[in-house]
Amino acid sequence: MSGVDALVEHLADGALLALPPDYSLPAMDAVRALIRRKVRNLKLLGVPVLGLSADLLIGAGCVAEVHSSAVSLGEAGLAPRFSDAAERGEIKVVDYTCPAVHTALQATEKGVPFMPLRGVIGSDLAHDHADWQIAQNPFAAGKDPILLVSAIVPDVALFHARWGDGAGNVWVGRRRELATIAHAARNTYVTVEELRPGDMLEDELLAPGIISSTYISGIARAERGAWPLGVADVYAIDDAHLAAYAAAAKTREGFQRYLDEFVWGTKKSSLPA
Amino acid sequence: MIARLIGDANHVAVGAASPIPAAACELLRAKGLPIRVTRLHKRKGNPFTEGSRELFDLAGQGRIDYFFLGGAQLDGEANINLVHAEGRRFPGSFGSAFMYFTCRTILFREEHSRRVLVPKVEFISAPGWSPPEVERRGGPVALVTGKALFAWQKEQRRFRLESVHPRHSVEEVRDSTGFDFDAERVGETPPPTAEELALLRSTVARQLADDYPEFARRVWGMESGTKLMP
Repeated sequence: MSGVDALVEHLADGALLALPPDYSLPAMDAVRALIRRKVRNLKLLGVPVLGLSADLLIGAGCVAEVHSSAVSLGEAGLAPRFSDAAERGEIKVVDYTCPAVHTALQATEKGVPFMPLRGVIGSDLAHDHADWQIAQNPFAAGKDPILLVSAIVPDVALFHARWGDGAGNVWVGRRRELATIAHAARNTYVTVEELRPGDMLEDELLAPGIISSTYISGIARAERGAWPLGVADVYAIDDAHLAAYAAAAKTREGFQRYLDEFVWGTKKSSLPA
Repeated sequence: MIARLIGDANHVAVGAASPIPAAACELLRAKGLPIRVTRLHKRKGNPFTEGSRELFDLAGQGRIDYFFLGGAQLDGEANINLVHAEGRRFPGSFGSAFMYFTCRTILFREEHSRRVLVPKVEFISAPGWSPPEVERRGGPVALVTGKALFAWQKEQRRFRLESVHPRHSVEEVRDSTGFDFDAERVGETPPPTAEELALLRSTVARQLADDYPEFARRVWGMESGTKLMP
């Protein structure tokens, strides 16, 4: 069993799994390993949106609920397996708006039960949310309704990082939303592009981009582990692959063929020869 | 035309699905205006160091003047729907339910049809207006489509047809719009000048190719210049 396969063994069926968007270091190797493990009934939390990782998990039958501000493949278009499953009612979708996800996780980071957020009042999004309430701002002289967003505690956060080190820290650079997820989740599992010896926290230049081992439950090495998404300065997003996926996954049959080739098989078409 | 609408801006933010508004912003910069353009999904040199929530923190404080929103459906009260319509599921509301409250917003949708511009949206991702007790700095300014430009009249809560683009008519716009709107002294949208067109096809095209590769390929026939591997 590979390190990545062993890492995802920690994820239980039915878990609330927080995932980053396609542009923010998704752990695609781990997502493929989860599909091979036939994990079931996951509740996905998009921080704040989801893309290919969610579409693969949904199409492969691993997902019961999607909590997200959006699911899309960006320029490659709609996420076909998500759209199909939502239209057929095969998954429950709870719609968010991006800052409400961030706010709910920041409340957990701070150990408070809720946090206020401007906007949103009058949106139909509020109808699906027993975990949101509109309250009067207690400090205002006049009427001032404001949205209160309950804290969210993900069971697991899963993402990729450029580096892990001997001390159990990971370096995500500017992708600080990953720090917010890690701070809020009960357990955080990370795949890393490279492992470095020593302790990165001793390096003043690296320190601001680190999530310390305090928050990390497990690390596994996964070279090109974000493919077909990218890691800044290491490899770019494989736009051609995403476009090919978007076309193939329009049908269940095409999606199954994609799984056979790229998930059950080990093909990574953009690997350098 | 979008560039003309936002010419007074200091700071404009542009999302991943907005290559045409992004082109308008880059056009203003190419013409020498000192405008800060934050492209949310810039693949290299993204301005945020606190993660994607920093955009919303900036907007919440009022540090972003203009934003762009579209929708699967838009209605005559400027409500937008990014969630579901006619049995079809769309990606979702993204940050709209917050950004629409915090930024002056240009509504932009290329398709101008009764399918898109409806009497009432099926789902309100973000409302076009709010009661006076709800704090709201931002909201709709204009609606731009492939056929016309509408101005938003905040007091009347109604759109007013400002101009139709060359080769389109007021009757055609009326026929292809599902909601009622005001229309008096409707002009023709002035086309871009020769200088603007030249900039769009050179400087602006180069600026956009890395972050909107599919758009750049379609419009300008360019291949992406994104090569991060040394």
